Amino acid sequence: MRRVVISGAGIYSTIGLDLNSVADSLYSGKSGIGIDERRKEFGFRSALTGLLDRPNLKGLLSRRERIGLPVQGEYAYMATMEALGNAKIDPDFLKSHEVGILYGNDSSSIPVIEAIDVMRDKRDTSLIGSGSIFQSMNSTVSMNLSVILKLRGINLTISGACASSSHAIGLAHLLISGGFQDIIICGGAQEINAESMGSFDGLGAFSVRQDEPAAASRPFDRARDGLVPSGGAATVVVESLDSALKRGAPILGEIKGYGFSSNGEHISVPNVEGPKASLVKALKAAGMQASDIDYVNAHATSTPVGDLNEGKALLEVFGACNTPVSSTKSMTGHEMWMGGASEIIYSLLMMERGFIAPNLNFSAPDEALAQLNVVPETLERELNTILSNSFGFGGTNSTLILSKYRK
Amino acid sequence: MQRAEIVKIINQFLAEEFEISESALVPQALLIQDLGIESLDFVDIVVIIEQEFGFKATREDMLNVKTLDDMYNFIASRV
Repeated sequence: MRRVVISGAGIYSTIGLDLNSVADSLYSGKSGIGIDERRKEFGFRSALTGLLDRPNLKGLLSRRERIGLPVQGEYAYMATMEALGNAKIDPDFLKSHEVGILYGNDSSSIPVIEAIDVMRDKRDTSLIGSGSIFQSMNSTVSMNLSVILKLRGINLTISGACASSSHAIGLAHLLISGGFQDIIICGGAQEINAESMGSFDGLGAFSVRQDEPAAASRPFDRARDGLVPSGGAATVVVESLDSALKRGAPILGEIKGYGFSSNGEHISVPNVEGPKASLVKALKAAGMQASDIDYVNAHATSTPVGDLNEGKALLEVFGACNTPVSSTKSMTGHEMWMGGASEIIYSLLMMERGFIAPNLNFSAPDEALAQLNVVPETLERELNTILSNSFGFGGTNSTLILSKYRK
Repeated sequence: MQRAEIVKIINQFLAEEFEISESALVPQALLIQDLGIESLDFVDIVVIIEQEFGFKATREDMLNVKTLDDMYNFIASRV
C-alpha cells in the first residue's frame, strides 16, 4: 500500500476566507455565527446560521463556467483554487497529468426551487435557462470543477449527509494507497440559505439561543440546545507520497487511517456503537493505539443526544488516555457536507501551528461525560497525530487519522 | 417597438451577460462563429427574449437566426 499525504488545502468559511485568516480565527476562538432575518420571515424556529458572503467570480471564470455553479459551487471554486495554489498545481500540470475529484455535497436547493417557480409561473420549461440543470444536480460541484479545471481522473460526488466530505477524503486515501490514482482533489461544499434549511429547522434540531449568537453552538456543554447550521467549502489535495515528493510539493500531513461504519438503527438519532466502530476501525487501519492520538476533533454539533453518544464512544476508546477533545463547530456552526473536509483543515492548521482550538461555550459537562477532556480555551500543544470524526443522518460515520509527515 | 430599441436591448444583454466586446456587436456578426455563442446559450437567449419582448421564441425559431441582424429582424417581426 502506498503512503498518502495532503499536499494542498484551501478554505472559504464563516471564520475566514483563506487558510491564514482561518488559523487566526481558530486560535483566537472567533465565531462565524449570526442571525439571518429572512429566516424569521419564513417562520423558522431559529434564525441562527453561519454567515458568509458570496464570492464574485466575474473576471475569474467565463460566463459559461459561472452559470452552472450554485452558491456552494462558488465557495468550492474559491477553496479549490487556494488548495491548488499551495499544492503547486497549475493548469499546465492538470493538462498533462491524470488528476481526479471526489467532492462532498448533499443538496442544491436554490436552483431546484427557482426552476419550479418558473414552471409554475410560466408553464414553459424553455424559460428555466441553461444553467439550472448543472446547478441543481447533487453532483454539481464535482461536475463543474472537473470541467473548469479540465480534470481527467476519477470524477464523483460523495453524498453521505454530514459525513460526505470526510468519506470523500477517506475514499481518496483508499484509491491512492491502492495505486488507482496519484492525485485527487477532495473536499466538501455546503450551501447557506434559508430555503435549504427550512425542513431541518422544522425538526426542532437548531439552537434557539438567538439573543447571543456566538454562544449558541456549545458542543458538549450541559446547557446545549441544538446545532447552528452553517456552510462554505473546504478543499484538500490528496496525493501519493511519491507523487508529492517528485513534484516538490509541500506536505501538510499524512493520512494514516480511514474508519467507517453505519449505525444500523434510527435515521436521525445516533447511537454509541456505530461511532465507536468507526473510531476503532480508523485506529486499526492506521496501525495505532488510542494513546497515539494527540487530539480529537469531535463531530459534536451541539445537539443533546449526538454529543452525548459521541462523547460516550470517545470515552470507551480514549477514556484511559485523557485525550484532548474539542469541537470547532463551537465557532463555525455545523458545516454539514463541508464539515469533514473543513475539520481536517482546521486540524492540519492546529498541527502546523502547535495549538488546540477551543471548544467555545463549554462550561459544564453532562454527568456521563465528566471524564471527557474537553478543551475550553486555546491550548498551546505540539500535535503529531490527530483524529477527526464526522457523522451523518442515516447513521453514516467516518473517522480520519492524520499525522505530521515523517520520512 | 422601434428597431433601435431592439438593437439596444439585445446588444446590452450580449455585452453584459455574455461579456462580448461591444465592438464585435455588428449586424453581420455570426452568432456562433464570430461571437462565440454556443448551443446552450440559445436557451438563455430564448429566456431573455421572453423577459424583454414578451413572446416565446422556440429553439426551432433560433435555427434560422445566424447573424445579429437575423436576431434583430426576427424579434422585430414578432413584437
